[in-house]
Parts: sequence; C-alpha cells; structure tokens
Amino acid sequence: MHALELRALKAAVGPALTCSLGSGECLVLRGPSGVGKSLLLRAIADLDVHEGEVLLDSVSQDAVAAPVWRRKVLYVATEPGWWSDRVGDHFPDREGITEELKHFGFGPDCLDWRIDRLSSGERQRLGLIRALSHQPEVLLLDEPTATLDAHNAGLVEALVADRRKDGMTVLWVSHDEAQARRVATGILRLSPTSAAVEDVS
Amino acid sequence: MSYVTIDLTDLLIASILVLANGGLSLLFGLGLARKLIWSALRMTIQLLAIGFVLRWLFAMESPWLTLVAALAMVAVAGREIMARQDRRLSGLWAYGLGTSTMLAAAMVVTVFALTTQIRPDPWWDPQYALPILGMILGNTMTGIALGLQTLTGGLERGKAGVEARLALGETRFGATRHVLRDALSSALIPVINGMAAAGIVSLPGMMTGQILAGVEPVEAVKYQILIMFLIAGGTAFGAIAAVLGGIMRLTDSRHRLRLDRLQDQVRTT
Repeated sequence: MHALELRALKAAVGPALTCSLGSGECLVLRGPSGVGKSLLLRAIADLDVHEGEVLLDSVSQDAVAAPVWRRKVLYVATEPGWWSDRVGDHFPDREGITEELKHFGFGPDCLDWRIDRLSSGERQRLGLIRALSHQPEVLLLDEPTATLDAHNAGLVEALVADRRKDGMTVLWVSHDEAQARRVATGILRLSPTSAAVEDVS
Repeated sequence: MSYVTIDLTDLLIASILVLANGGLSLLFGLGLARKLIWSALRMTIQLLAIGFVLRWLFAMESPWLTLVAALAMVAVAGREIMARQDRRLSGLWAYGLGTSTMLAAAMVVTVFALTTQIRPDPWWDPQYALPILGMILGNTMTGIALGLQTLTGGLERGKAGVEARLALGETRFGATRHVLRDALSSALIPVINGMAAAGIVSLPGMMTGQILAGVEPVEAVKYQILIMFLIAGGTAFGAIAAVLGGIMRLTDSRHRLRLDRLQDQVRTT
C-alpha cells in the first residue's frame, strides 16, 4: 500500500513533476542547490503553497485535513525544529522510542538533555527518531545525514531501510551520489527546467 | 467636596522647574535643552486643547458627538499599536487587526461599566464615558501591542519549531500553542503587575486625582478598584482576540505557517 503519486506538482521554484512511487520504494532527489529539492518535499507535505496534486493511495491531498495528511506524509527538515527546553518534551511516547534511541547509541537519560546543548548531529538523529515515532506512511527526508559522520550516516540508512521493509515509502534528498546508489530504488535528477527519473533497482 | 484651584501664575511658577532643567542641560552640554522645552510646550498645548474639547463635549451633551470622540480616541490608539510593531501584518491587517480588537474589547467593557455599575444619567454622559474609555483604551492598547509584537517575534524566531510541530501533524493552533502562551503572558503582565503594585508601590493616577479633587479616600479607592477590574478585563479580551486573530492570519486553512503575510522589518534604529 502507501503508494505516492505526484501530478504536475510544482513548488515555488523548480520544474513541474509527475511521478509515482510504490510502497516501500525510496526515491532519491539529486540536483544542484537552489533547484527546489527542499521546496518539493515541503509541497508534498503541504507545508507550502504549491500547484499540482499529490495522492496517497489514490486519495488527494486536498481531500484530507492537512494535519492528518502530514502525520501520514511526514517531512523531516535538515535542521529539525524544537519548541521546548528538554529532548523528552518532544516525544509524547517515551517508551515507544527506546529501540531507536539504542540504535543510535543514546541512553534513556538523553530525554532529560537540554535542546540547546545538543550538537547538530544529535539534533538530526533525534529529529529522525521523532519523525519515525509517528509511524508515517511516507517519510520525506531532507539531507538526513548532512551533519553526520560515515558511521552515523550508515545507522540512518539502516534504520530507514528497516522501516521500508514494513512498507514505508521514502523520498530522500541527498548530496552524496554513493549514498543515493546505496539507498535508492530510483533517482530523480532535478534541474531548473527538467526532472528525470532513473531506475536503479 | 472642595479643592484648591490653580491659575496661570501657578503654572508659570511650576514651569521654572523645566526651565531650570534646560539650564542644567546647557551647563553640562547634554544637548537636551531644545527637546525638553519643545516637549514641555507640546504637552501644554495638547492638554489645553483636550481640556477645551472636553469642556465643549460636556456642554453639548450629545451622544453622537461623544461617540465620534470615542472613535477618534480608538483610531489614534490603533495607530500607536501599529507604530509599536517591528514586523507588521501586510496590507490593511497592519492597522485593522489591532484597532478592531481594541475597539471591540474597550467598547464592550466601557458600555458594560457605564450601564451596569457606574450608571450615570444618561449612561453615555461624556463626563464618565470618555475618561473611562480612555483609561481602558490606554491599557488595552499596550496589551495588544505587546501581544502582537511577541507573537510575530516568536513565530519568526521559532519558525523551525512551529513548522516541526506542523510537520508532525499538529493543527495551526496546536503548533503555535507555545508562542500564544508567551504572547498572552507578555500582554497581560503589565496589568497583573499594576494590580499587584497598586496602593503599595504606586498610588494609581486616577485615585490620586480624585483625592486631590476632594473625594473621600475610600470612595476614590472604590472607583480605582472598579477601574482596575475593567482594565484587566479589557486588556485580556483585547489581547486574546488580537493574538488569536494574528495566528489565524499568519497561518492558513491548510495549517501552513504564512510568514509571507508579514511586512519587512520597519524599525531602522
């Protein structure tokens, strides 16, 4: 299930895009910076005003209340935002994330850490855990390993691959061609005027 | 009730203090003399003018003229709310949101006070209506200005946090709850502090004025307590309406954050 379809989707910047993704697939977005990769993900999550249509399991974005849509089609920013002082305040279900925390080598005490003391890499990993704790059907990852070393980047790839086995569909913006080759079932190459999908599976 | 009247000579004597202040500024090269004299002159002219306007309004005893005066006060206070914003809403909202919420809150509270508690005859008697509206308006204006300023600043600085909450599936009100709380608390803190300090740290101006005019102190205090309640109510209603309206305007029906509906920074200092 969880098939995602884009029909002439156009963000504020970049070309109109039509493509579809099956359940468990991972489409990696590549292209020069400023071409609108992040804006495209934000449009799919309906965080920005956009043209065109997005469908999840044949149901249009416009037919669903925006908060409901975003819980299913979840956007994870490169620098995840925080709104409270402590890590734990951002996780309504503290027990449900023990395994993910362990995966990245965080102890349970990390929930008491102050957000302003976190490194950017810690923020990025905790942001991913936070997103996964909502059990999204489609995950929109905006350079999820930008601030991570090779080891932690590998852990992110493994965790996402694991969820894909359960049917989670992924769109992944990456600046790393080798990473794209590792994780993608298809690569979408964006330029200011065109978009081409390359099948790598 | 009796009070000591003052005449022009008394005012001229008191103005020596301002002139002496100007002299000190010249002596120490502070460069404030011109500003000081100018603002003292302005104050004198403004207050004299309003004194004559009020005397005329009281003599006319017209509900329509009273209403016009009240609306003029609201219009000026609305400009002041807008002037105090670093980031204004775009278009007519910049003036409209603060002014309309202030108008509604201050008018409702004033009419409520006039018709059920103070009950002058007629209820719109400008001698009561205008000073009471003025006091409520002044505080509601400050509350709304602070609330909107904190709201827009909080949404701008906290954009990443609000958008993270939206991305995780919260509604526009859920995702801005923490900003709303900050905005309302900064709007209401002056009123709360004012109530807490009244009578201990400060003798409120209206009560002091009534006592000088010969009103028995406990009577003056009762009036002041009433006014404090009215001010608290007006400020809370106005600030809540303005801040919620601001959140509505800075988000859309698809629960997106719409900071593009803010103007660019206006304050240059």
